[in-house]
Amino acid sequence: MALRRFLNGNEALAEAVKLAGVEVVAAYPITPQSPVVEKIAEFISKGEMESEYIRVESEHAALAACYGAAVTGTRVFTATSSQGLAYMFEMLHYVSGSRMPVVMAVANRGMAAPWTIWADHQDSVSCRDTGWVQLYVENAQEALDTCLQAYKVGEDPQVLLPVMICLDGYTLSHTEEPVEVPEKEEVDAFLPPLRLPVALDVENPVVFCAGAGPELYTEFKYQQQQAMYAALLKLKEADAEFAARFGRSYGGTVEPYQCEDAAVILVTMGAVTGTAREVVDGLRACDQKVGLLKIKSFRPFPAQEIRDILSRAGAVAILERDCSYGYEGALCTEVKAALLGLDGPPKVYGFIGGLGGHDITREQITAIYRYCLEGVQPGYGTDHFLDVAGARDEN
Amino acid sequence: MQQVRWHGRGGQGAVTAAKILGMAAVYEGKYAQSFPAFGTERRGAPVQAFTRIADRPIRDRSQVYNPDYIVILDPSLLRVVDVLAGLRSGGTIVLNAPVLPAGFIIPPGSHLVLFHATPLALEVLGSPIVNTIMAGALAGATSLVGLEALKRAVIDVLPEKVAEKNLYLVIRAYEQVAGAGRREVHLAVGNN
Repeated sequence: MALRRFLNGNEALAEAVKLAGVEVVAAYPITPQSPVVEKIAEFISKGEMESEYIRVESEHAALAACYGAAVTGTRVFTATSSQGLAYMFEMLHYVSGSRMPVVMAVANRGMAAPWTIWADHQDSVSCRDTGWVQLYVENAQEALDTCLQAYKVGEDPQVLLPVMICLDGYTLSHTEEPVEVPEKEEVDAFLPPLRLPVALDVENPVVFCAGAGPELYTEFKYQQQQAMYAALLKLKEADAEFAARFGRSYGGTVEPYQCEDAAVILVTMGAVTGTAREVVDGLRACDQKVGLLKIKSFRPFPAQEIRDILSRAGAVAILERDCSYGYEGALCTEVKAALLGLDGPPKVYGFIGGLGGHDITREQITAIYRYCLEGVQPGYGTDHFLDVAGARDEN
Repeated sequence: MQQVRWHGRGGQGAVTAAKILGMAAVYEGKYAQSFPAFGTERRGAPVQAFTRIADRPIRDRSQVYNPDYIVILDPSLLRVVDVLAGLRSGGTIVLNAPVLPAGFIIPPGSHLVLFHATPLALEVLGSPIVNTIMAGALAGATSLVGLEALKRAVIDVLPEKVAEKNLYLVIRAYEQVAGAGRREVHLAVGNN
């Protein structure tokens, strides 16, 4: 019987790491990620978790240590935020290029400068092209459940990719709420031990990370891309199996809410999805045809599913906590590309908000919905930057 | 949904009180969220924390703007923070003070619970950490959570070495406030 506990997102992740039987943890502390590794360290010191905790001098070293452990066929975990993730950038590519199923939690935090400790998605969105699967979660329960699924999908022989679990700093990482913590036996039945097809083994020596000429390099990169496509399917499968075993489902890649007959669909990633659900319910109660599409998997990007769901809407509003400076929100660009070539596509509006911990209120989301009803022609690039004093709606 | 805003100073345990209350609600089968005001924490600086309690899952991730309950752990905050900002009409204020501080005006229609927690904390803990006392006083004055769930949460949240003393404090505050009855404790202070 699962235990109903009162945990924040960081603690829920630590429980998941314990349940997953992670054998090596290496991490460097940074706000708001620190409590997840502090909790894991506590588990290990109390003997509740049999794992090697490697203390390191930086985030670069943390991921290097995870990489070194992973190539031996060991299940590993790390976590970081913001500047720490940026410091890992080189190693992100080493891990994904070597096809190591490392799982990392990113407690999302804005990038300096100006310096901030509060949440937005700029840190992980900036790592979009590093070859990591990126999954954004909505609450602490989903953080725990997604961590278990991340190992399942990342370690699948057809995938073999690292996975980032992205949770909004503070809003999820430091907010306690009820979380069902499954039993170890239930998790073991869902998540078998890691079996890498090729691992470091003194009896059968192999070389990882060898140099490759242009032809071989291209083959490696093509396979990485194919693995990402395979992950799309595996994410759906893992979610379905998880739902059958644990009774909770998140759609695997995307999660539509009230989209069937929606004239306007809001598109979100992460914690703000919960607030948007409240807004949708409120508007539905007033007979407004509004829906919500949660993008759980930013990489691989479930373009076909998004296209199918959004094609029936008249307008789509993307609300995101990042900016691809010089154009628009990164998610907005991706959604627009997914809709390319549709006959009579919906109008697409981009909204950037919640930067550096700025609150996103129900009133703001309702206003976004109302704006979509006005039928304004969408502008070039970023349509709206929320919360800017005196500079709203400039496009 | 019921929303509580806790005001304290860094080190007084407002964040922990918010968590204890939320956990107690969850132990009663309800849903809850607790979170700190997202700021940098410094000892002695004004801090806020929040608890949301509801009968169904809480999905809203925005901040609390219109609390139903405001708990003030440190009366010195009245001079530096607008502690009553956004209090919902008919809401309740729980203040750690022996008497109504001069100049502190309670909005008409709201309820005030005065509980002088600091001497009790000094007597039992030897330090002015009043968070569990004020959680007990809040629970005693309202139907947010029952005493049994609150006791369980105190034991589960606090370190073992201080849990017992805080258990005593939470029971004492709860019973004292609940026993006093709403009419006696809730000074019907008007708009004078």
